[in-house]
Amino acid sequence: MTGRAQDLRYWLASQRGPLLAAALFAAMFAVFLVEHPAGASANVINTAANKGALLALVAMAQTIPVLTSGLDLSVGSVFVMSNCLASTLVAGEPLQVALGVAAVLASGLLCGALNGILVVFGRLQPIIATLATGAMYYGVALWLRPTPGGDVNENFADFMTGSLGDAVPFSLVVLAGAVVVIWLPYRKSALGRAAYAIGSSEQAAYMSGVPIARAKFATYVLAGLLSAIAGLLLTCLTYSGEANALLGGSYTLSSIAAVVVGGTSLYGGSGGAIGTIFGAFVLRTISDLLFVFDIDPLSQPLFLGIVLLLSISLGSFRLLKVKKRLDLYR
Amino acid sequence: MTAPAPLARIFGRVDRALLAALGFIVILLVAGALYDRNFLSLDYLLQQLQVAAFLGIIATGVMLVVLLGHIDLSIPWVVTIGGMMSTAAASHEGSAGALAIPFAVACGGGIGILNGIGVAYLRIPSMIFTLATNAIAQGLMVVHTSGFAPQDHATPAMHFIAVERSILGIPNAVWVWAAIGGATVVLLRRTTFGRRVYAIGNSERAVFLSRANVRLVVVACFAMAGACSAFAGVLLAGYSTKAYQAMGDPYLLPAISAVVLGGTSILGGRGSYVGTVAGVVLVTLLQSILSIVQMPEAGRQVISGAVIIIMLLVYGRGAKVVS
Amino acid sequence: MTPLLRMEGISKRYGGVRALEGARLECERGRIHAVLGENGAGKSTLIKVLAGVVKPDAGAIELDGKPVALPGPAAAHRAGIVSVFQELSLLPDLTVADNIGIIDPPTRWGLIDQRAQRRRAEQALARVGADVHPLARVRDLALSRRQVVEIAKALARDPKILILDEATSALTAADVASVFGVLRELRDAGLAIIFISHRMHEIAEIADDCSVYRNGRHVATFRAGARTPTEIVEMMIGRDYSSAFPPRPADKPSAPPALKVNKLSWTGRLRDIDFEIRPGEVVGLGGLDGQGQRDLLLALFGALTGVRGSVAVNGKEVRLSSPRSTRGTRLEGGGIALIPEDRKTEGLMLSMSVRDNLSFAAIEQFSRAGMIDRAAEETAIASMIKLLGIRADGIDGPVAALSGGNQQKVVIGKWLMTRPQIILLNDPTRGIDVGTKQELYQLLRTLAAERAALLFYSTDYAELIGCCDRVLIFYDGAIVAELEGEAMTEHNIVASAHGLVSHASTSRAEPV
Repeated sequence: MTGRAQDLRYWLASQRGPLLAAALFAAMFAVFLVEHPAGASANVINTAANKGALLALVAMAQTIPVLTSGLDLSVGSVFVMSNCLASTLVAGEPLQVALGVAAVLASGLLCGALNGILVVFGRLQPIIATLATGAMYYGVALWLRPTPGGDVNENFADFMTGSLGDAVPFSLVVLAGAVVVIWLPYRKSALGRAAYAIGSSEQAAYMSGVPIARAKFATYVLAGLLSAIAGLLLTCLTYSGEANALLGGSYTLSSIAAVVVGGTSLYGGSGGAIGTIFGAFVLRTISDLLFVFDIDPLSQPLFLGIVLLLSISLGSFRLLKVKKRLDLYR
Repeated sequence: MTAPAPLARIFGRVDRALLAALGFIVILLVAGALYDRNFLSLDYLLQQLQVAAFLGIIATGVMLVVLLGHIDLSIPWVVTIGGMMSTAAASHEGSAGALAIPFAVACGGGIGILNGIGVAYLRIPSMIFTLATNAIAQGLMVVHTSGFAPQDHATPAMHFIAVERSILGIPNAVWVWAAIGGATVVLLRRTTFGRRVYAIGNSERAVFLSRANVRLVVVACFAMAGACSAFAGVLLAGYSTKAYQAMGDPYLLPAISAVVLGGTSILGGRGSYVGTVAGVVLVTLLQSILSIVQMPEAGRQVISGAVIIIMLLVYGRGAKVVS
Repeated sequence: MTPLLRMEGISKRYGGVRALEGARLECERGRIHAVLGENGAGKSTLIKVLAGVVKPDAGAIELDGKPVALPGPAAAHRAGIVSVFQELSLLPDLTVADNIGIIDPPTRWGLIDQRAQRRRAEQALARVGADVHPLARVRDLALSRRQVVEIAKALARDPKILILDEATSALTAADVASVFGVLRELRDAGLAIIFISHRMHEIAEIADDCSVYRNGRHVATFRAGARTPTEIVEMMIGRDYSSAFPPRPADKPSAPPALKVNKLSWTGRLRDIDFEIRPGEVVGLGGLDGQGQRDLLLALFGALTGVRGSVAVNGKEVRLSSPRSTRGTRLEGGGIALIPEDRKTEGLMLSMSVRDNLSFAAIEQFSRAGMIDRAAEETAIASMIKLLGIRADGIDGPVAALSGGNQQKVVIGKWLMTRPQIILLNDPTRGIDVGTKQELYQLLRTLAAERAALLFYSTDYAELIGCCDRVLIFYDGAIVAELEGEAMTEHNIVASAHGLVSHASTSRAEPV
């Protein structure tokens, strides 16, 4: 086998999770477009893109701490909180809008930093620390927006949620921007690779001299940032801010599902945001498919649950190959 | 070397977590009393215990699962299933509805068994699997109720347990919680099953190599957690005489917090039921006080979260990664 | 000339155990310095202090005459100290190139330059003659390949001092020759190399100087070749070599075999294993690490699936489908017990008390209908503690606080409580102090005298010779030799363990 062919083989093997998720999404979306009464119209694609992008961003946020075998259960709350904050600040003159956007992003960074401090320096378990901070961030959201309302600069909002040249929904551009500006540089940096190392074997990473505290802290900060971007996008979609606990909770939990469906291991060390993005789109498309196939709306939640269960159980087939029963137990 | 006296054994391991939790409860009681004299009245305290009983029963199941090193995120909708299935069974059989409660508990246990199979046999991380079963449970209830608030009524028995105070003026719900708690303490401390639960939380591998049936223990714990959640749902329905949509949602975070604040390690292998009781009382009192001082919801959330963090910083910190 | 490295007065305690006591080490540039000593002598701890992984309680380290502080692995790396340990520091989910370049990767505009990193990896791998693709994931590599990558990674860091702690244990002879060639080149270029190994022949081949440690203390330093192997061994164990082990019984056991294994095979890692053990025998498993010995023990304990062939206990054929099928109640005679490979993760529940650990496997003996009879449990625990001489203080505390030797006693005690007839031991004396080891050897003989049948795997040849009646030598998953009586010498064991290598160039010679 030639050098290049062998390289390709290795690369394909390492990308198996995301490629599967991507293929699954492509197939599902194709069916969706075919069956949809309005077909592949701009409107249909736009709506699908907007919904998917929101979850994709929150799920990207979740992916990064998961790489270190950590977890961030506050992503939904930061999402809701930055939505409320944006509905307060991102209005008025262009300069104000710009400052408002900066403030929202900064708030995401701060939330992430607090999570990072508690997990890394406080040495609290991520599950319970982020569960608690999630409650706090939600409280802040409620304080900002006791009732739904607020406003956002219309031009800005229309820009963010319209289509680029009438073909590509801008929400996808934002998502792509997040990938290109945040995820890819992170993944290729030493700090990003350190996150994978920690998830793979924290002990070996320590012995190799990997900067563990810094790398873990960075994962939570980035998670906060990405959740804030999602919140900003939500504000542009709904023209308002709402401290919706159900929404926040469902996004947090769906982000975990998207991470798993996208091929990232909850134990860390492998996977990535690209797979997660496809995982998020798969989840969103499932509900769209149920709608398109005229499944009784009352049965849809049940279908969603069953599909979710089946998709996470797929990985269990490899258990049949395990020859050393001892290895099943960690 | 003689064995330590039984009494010393019970109190021998009064760890920092329990002391901290008890200390905080005292602080809350004092603070509440300062705000309103009636806070320390017997009637009010009993009322608090009654409310705590519902959370306590859920927390019992959660504790078993957490001791294993797992987590159960299907609580919200299993609680709801408990409420809805018991009232539905009641409306089917007529007012006697003797099977309403067992049926609902069995439904919860069934979901718990499903959780256990996914975690123990399919080796899927409990966080994601119970998330999925929660979604399925929700789906089932949406189909069952067609999306509306169910109109079925609770049986007199359910109401009796949840609301009445028959013995010594103490709410029946508290007696029931005490019974379940007592059984759990015996299970954890005096049976081979209990030993294995703690051991699995410590090292599943070592337990497997010690010839114990790890998978069965895991399934059993999840089944019990499901049964506890469903039973709590039954009581909640008895309390409000009806079941309602998403009735279990407000209990997930408090249940997990109560277990962790009581000193049970979220990683498993360590924890005492006394601590969980203290954690439940603490969470309940905190919520009460926040509502008495009419703290707006925003403040309540922030304070609840902050309290958990502060207490964990005191006694829940992990070890450093060095040798 | 000032030595490149000088360590003085290094002391370290772990709980009740003194791992190091005023130990010292001096190393010159351009020399390969072998560090010798038994398991538990403190070699690994001393080296870990140098590598910055362990912080000593006392002592000083000087590089080139200047004192240095090594608070962590990163500091050691900066000082030019690079180490290769037994527990590999490779990250399983990352590629070989990523692993080799994990610290200080080549960067371009702040991001990792993948091409340059790959080139660096290829150079490092070529240097040690490793046939490994830089994009392969470490997880997918065999143990021997991983060790080679670990060495390449160490060399890629351009060290001033290179530490190798049992770094060649899974390598093929060809790999070892290749690595030794590189080490000699590096030495000639002025590198100081510290080499820990249990294999006398390797040390004889490569070392320039030797230092011997015992019980955490430095015993002697001398030029390689200045002492005979017997003298060295006596320095290591501190007493007359032959009396380290309890005497073997005069008469051979004659009862029908307790365990009879016939054509046992498993996924190519075990091939047609045939042997039997009679009650009262101690049979050893020898050969290089990773030739299937550990897999055999797991197979006999029911921890593997897909095992072919037959196993008969006391004449009755059994199917060992899970550890639960090794119970005394299921098998005639008393059941099979396994003292596992890693006592911390497989033998003990670390944060549970010593009591709870001791009674765990036998808990059903003290319970009726699931309820534990505390009194019966206490009695059994007390007598086991006395039998094994487990240190009495701290019994109610977590077992993690005990020394390695006492922990191993707890593991063994746990299994003895189940009154097994067949006892499988997976390298039971690894990392244990000499005193406890002696007690364990005696215990094994006592158990054999009481008609138990023991199968004993050890990486220490002296131990195998001293404790066992027979030794089965493994190579590539099959038994290639059986040594008994006079034929059980270290020379024969080593020879048989390597015996097929020269013929194996065409067949799969990779140990896994």
